[in-house]
Amino acid sequence: MTTSLSQAPASGAPRAYMLPSARRFLLWTGLVALLAWVLVPIYFVALGAFGGRTGVFRWPKSIWPSDLSVAPMMQFLNIEGVFNALMNSFIAAGLTVVFSILLGAPAGYALARYTFRGQNAYRLLVLLTRAFPLAILALPLTVSFIRIGLYDTPFGVSLIHTVLALPFAALVTQSLFMGIPREYEEAAWVFGCTRFQAFVKVVLPLALPGLAATAIFAFVISWNEVFAASILTVRERTLTAYLLKILSESPLHYRFAGGFILIIPSVLFIFAVRRYLFAVWGIASK
Amino acid sequence: MIAKRPGGLRRAILSERERPMPARTSWIPYALIAPSVAFLGALFIIPLVQTVWLSFSAGEGVSLANYQRMANDLNFGLAIRNTFLLTLVVVPLQVILALVMATMVSKLDKGRDMVLWVLTIPLGVSDLAAGLAWLSILQNTGYLNSALYALGVIPGPVGWLSQETPWTLFFGIVLAEMWRATAIVLVILIAGLQLIPKEFSEAAEIFGASPWTRFRKITLPLLKPSLQSALILRTVLAFEVFAVVYALGGRNFPVLAGEAYTWQNENQNYGVAAAYAVLIMAISLAATAVYLRALRTRPEQLP
Repeated sequence: MTTSLSQAPASGAPRAYMLPSARRFLLWTGLVALLAWVLVPIYFVALGAFGGRTGVFRWPKSIWPSDLSVAPMMQFLNIEGVFNALMNSFIAAGLTVVFSILLGAPAGYALARYTFRGQNAYRLLVLLTRAFPLAILALPLTVSFIRIGLYDTPFGVSLIHTVLALPFAALVTQSLFMGIPREYEEAAWVFGCTRFQAFVKVVLPLALPGLAATAIFAFVISWNEVFAASILTVRERTLTAYLLKILSESPLHYRFAGGFILIIPSVLFIFAVRRYLFAVWGIASK
Repeated sequence: MIAKRPGGLRRAILSERERPMPARTSWIPYALIAPSVAFLGALFIIPLVQTVWLSFSAGEGVSLANYQRMANDLNFGLAIRNTFLLTLVVVPLQVILALVMATMVSKLDKGRDMVLWVLTIPLGVSDLAAGLAWLSILQNTGYLNSALYALGVIPGPVGWLSQETPWTLFFGIVLAEMWRATAIVLVILIAGLQLIPKEFSEAAEIFGASPWTRFRKITLPLLKPSLQSALILRTVLAFEVFAVVYALGGRNFPVLAGEAYTWQNENQNYGVAAAYAVLIMAISLAATAVYLRALRTRPEQLP
């Protein structure tokens, strides 16, 4: 792995000082409170998702699970449109991953390996996207998307989501490639590889874990996006767009079921990329 | 470097296609960035221009009609007030909470990774899901009311999220936003903290500086670049706030992005929606400019 990415979550570093036990106790109390602050809302929405109608209206509620079953969740998934929306979300997020890597990684490679005129202008363009509320840009796209037949398709949604994920992918892959010594590639050239072969055989395997992390971030960005997805779809809604639409008319336990389904993949993904989290964001926020 | 390359005819032909080393400039980097430039041009720059154009065109010719209509709308004043209020309250609270989290985590040696993973979970949670998670707590027969009932504070279910209780609704939205988006500030700050050499703080400690002084005089100034990017990111996103608000309060709490959504999807008036979009963009750009100025770091101050 690259040095810049693998060093970041510096964990095992021994601390030079030890805290006295009273302060230790205070520290852990505070930490437990913070952990609870993060976990408890997820726990409660899970109870709501698996508790069904009776669970939602039970009064007063106990914080312990009771009468949980998968039936309410199954009911929710069987509502017309929910499964379709789930699939659309997966398609849009998958396409976003493909586009942002295919467009972002070459740019990252160019920034990492070459000095060229217009480099700074390109960086500025990438950074400029951050000062804008990008999802809002879906508004004028409605008209042009209707005209070219992209409106109401997961493909169209993935295009605007790629705008969100691409700058991120370019910056992260740039530092990823910078962490792979140029000499490796040059050695491959000496042994007769073309530039492309050297990239595929030498650089790509080394960059793969970092690219995977970048891909996962792109997935999460698309999976979670609400505004643009709601603007650009009517019938082929993504899950977030579908949930937003039914927000005012659906019973509470369906809303919680939807919320729970939205949360699950993100939690797993963040777990998968936890090693890269700080390096990736450290880079992307420079 | 490339000049001497062993190999037969085939290899010689292959190498023929190549240019010499990326010495200064060649066409390769341009070919590599071209697709993304074209993409951003088509889906970032053009929509940007279109939005501005759309907001100024009503019927025939250029006019301010859309802006007038926006400003005369009943919800306009409320949306402005609510969005600013939310941003001004939420963003500083998130930074403070993230600093507290980062400080506590930095004191850990065992279990640090696990704690960090849990604290960053909300990073992957969508604003809609965050709103729904807090809805399960704050709804009439939710867990907050159950707890208050058990403590004897309230006699039965109480509504916190209705139009009649704007302040508790506001407070609920603040909680949900803090829950969801503190994680991103935390990640940026921790990434920044890792760049600060420990020696600075240790030296100050030797000279008798208290932890608070060390934090104020060393950590905070050196963290300025990270704080700047966290603040820009969070503020721009806070002005777009939308789904959390809808999940918790529906239309009871108008915000700018929500109004844009309504004008576009329900009123089918793209002009007024574009006017809202331009307003949000202008505010975001102004906020970014303010942060860039206020938190400027001179190169020699960097760690």
